[in-house]
Amino acid sequence: MSFISYLLNGISLGSVYAIIALGYTMVYGIAKMLNFAHGDILMVGGYAAFLAFNQMGLGIPLSILFSMAICTALGVLVERVAYKPLRSANSLAVLITAIGVSYLLQNLALLLFGANPKSFQSFVKLPALKLAGGQLVISGETMVTILVGILVAVVLLLFIHKTRAGQAMLAVSEDKGAATLMGVNVNGTIALTFAIGSALASVAGILLCSAYPTLTPTTGAMPGIKAFVAAVLGGIGSIPGAFIGGILLGVLENLSKAYISSKLSDAIVFSVLIIVLLIKPSGILGKKIMEKV
Amino acid sequence: MKNVQKNKIKDIFLNYGVILILYFVVQLFLKSGSVSSLMKGLLVPLCIYSILAISLNLVVGISGELSLGHAGFMCVGAFFSASCSMLLKGSSLPPMLIFFIALCIGAISAGFFGFLIGIPVLRLKGDYLAIVTLAFGEIIKNIINALYFGVDKNGWHFSLKDGTAVALGEGGKWIIKGAQGITGTPKYSNFTVGIILLLLSMLFIQHFIHSRTGRAVMAIRDNRIAAESIALPASKLKLLCFTISAAIAGIAGVLYAHNLSSLQALPKNFGYNQSIMILVFVVLGGIGNMRGSILAAVVLTLLPELLRSLNDYRMLIYAVVLIVMMLFTSAPGFIAFRENILHRLFRKEVNA
Repeated sequence: MSFISYLLNGISLGSVYAIIALGYTMVYGIAKMLNFAHGDILMVGGYAAFLAFNQMGLGIPLSILFSMAICTALGVLVERVAYKPLRSANSLAVLITAIGVSYLLQNLALLLFGANPKSFQSFVKLPALKLAGGQLVISGETMVTILVGILVAVVLLLFIHKTRAGQAMLAVSEDKGAATLMGVNVNGTIALTFAIGSALASVAGILLCSAYPTLTPTTGAMPGIKAFVAAVLGGIGSIPGAFIGGILLGVLENLSKAYISSKLSDAIVFSVLIIVLLIKPSGILGKKIMEKV
Repeated sequence: MKNVQKNKIKDIFLNYGVILILYFVVQLFLKSGSVSSLMKGLLVPLCIYSILAISLNLVVGISGELSLGHAGFMCVGAFFSASCSMLLKGSSLPPMLIFFIALCIGAISAGFFGFLIGIPVLRLKGDYLAIVTLAFGEIIKNIINALYFGVDKNGWHFSLKDGTAVALGEGGKWIIKGAQGITGTPKYSNFTVGIILLLLSMLFIQHFIHSRTGRAVMAIRDNRIAAESIALPASKLKLLCFTISAAIAGIAGVLYAHNLSSLQALPKNFGYNQSIMILVFVVLGGIGNMRGSILAAVVLTLLPELLRSLNDYRMLIYAVVLIVMMLFTSAPGFIAFRENILHRLFRKEVNA
């Protein structure tokens, strides 16, 4: 029984990683950049929801919407100001700029909210589910997180494959120049990608803070890195890959914490990443790109 | 011919002379007692970060691979060398000899880890290489945080579980105590040692770059397929470069370990944030430019300290400066703007 409960908790944590990783992978697929500030957008989402709920007294649905709106605006703003001027520059320069944005967001949060952790009230009001005569308890947060994770992945896949905007995203990620010639608004599409990715980060932030209710300016840093790992594990640029990578990472982390060593869980997770990449250098679902002379 | 000679002398002066002159100027200030204790505490870290920056530049600039795990090699060098000097501390060897042995152990261990990690990692490319090196850095930090290492009459004892699993006999002492790390490392590092090590690293790297091997590495960076077609062993040379870079990062780790009396593997000093910081020095200083790396390391280490009077705002300003500098040096729009202004100024001079 305890195994199933560890597994479910792992899937729940993995769903959060998966939602963040979806944002990472979409941005990478289109802008070909590692957006290191993605984890910090998650943190901003957490603070925005906290403010809306505790300070402004908005209800839960309105708080979630408020947080998503703030993150979307922030994501688009960051793209406009910091990344757009560097679109044709060296990829390392973009990486460093993203790191700068990450520092900026963390320190802004530190100034505005202080270093003391805020205790986040869970947004999930579902009672825990008791199965097998009370031996297996599944918390409401776990269930909601898993459901939201699946929902987000399905909606995102439908959006990309069934709508014009989604097709435009695919076209831009395939070939920017050709997409421009076909009349696709490249700048708008990239902005839309950042907007969706940031809104997803806000959802992930709320779910993460509901399950682990402490909120500090560095809340987003480690989940951000883990989600990045998940995106690479699944094959960066691939949406189903990011989802599978996220779930796999969460389950691995929770099971190794429970059965091997709580101290070494990070080392185990990262080792698995390395082994997977050695066997399949472009990730689980990644495409293999041939290099031409 | 004369011009080439002149350039060479100028190069040597800029590489080593400036560092030496700065060293003597700082020594003068130290003698006159006009250096605050805060600045004194920064002198060794400045050397450490400069060494780290030039060693990473060897990988990023010369061999053209992105590594985000450099702090991991520094961590290996620091812990191996500190364990070594802890083991030798009670013996009758002179301190300088102990430090020298620790230095060799630190550099060799870090180089060895670089070699081990390099074999699989250098098969990957670009962003994948970046994430795997990041993962390696985190693994090293994580394992050292869980490692217990003690020594007693019966020899060495290790455990990855907890302290009680290592049953130390009478007179035994802890070397590495899990997350508490190493306490009581002798303080062998000082500014002079730091500058000597920096100059030696610089000398070594400059010679490596201009050697036959170094040129071959750069040829592989510029076009791997073309380089392989003239029988350059690409993987071997990249691995060599990675190993050397790791060993030099290990030397920086040795300096770090012997500068403070306690050594812990915290995210702050050996985590991915530190690796990223080193990468920032390299990119901001100019990829492949060793002098630029040192300059960026010095400026960016001093900047937060100089802004200390601004308290809470200092890291904020640091972040803004970082973004603006990157935009200014790399964005095509800004470059065009800059050149436009320079062009106009230049033209005016000609007209006048």
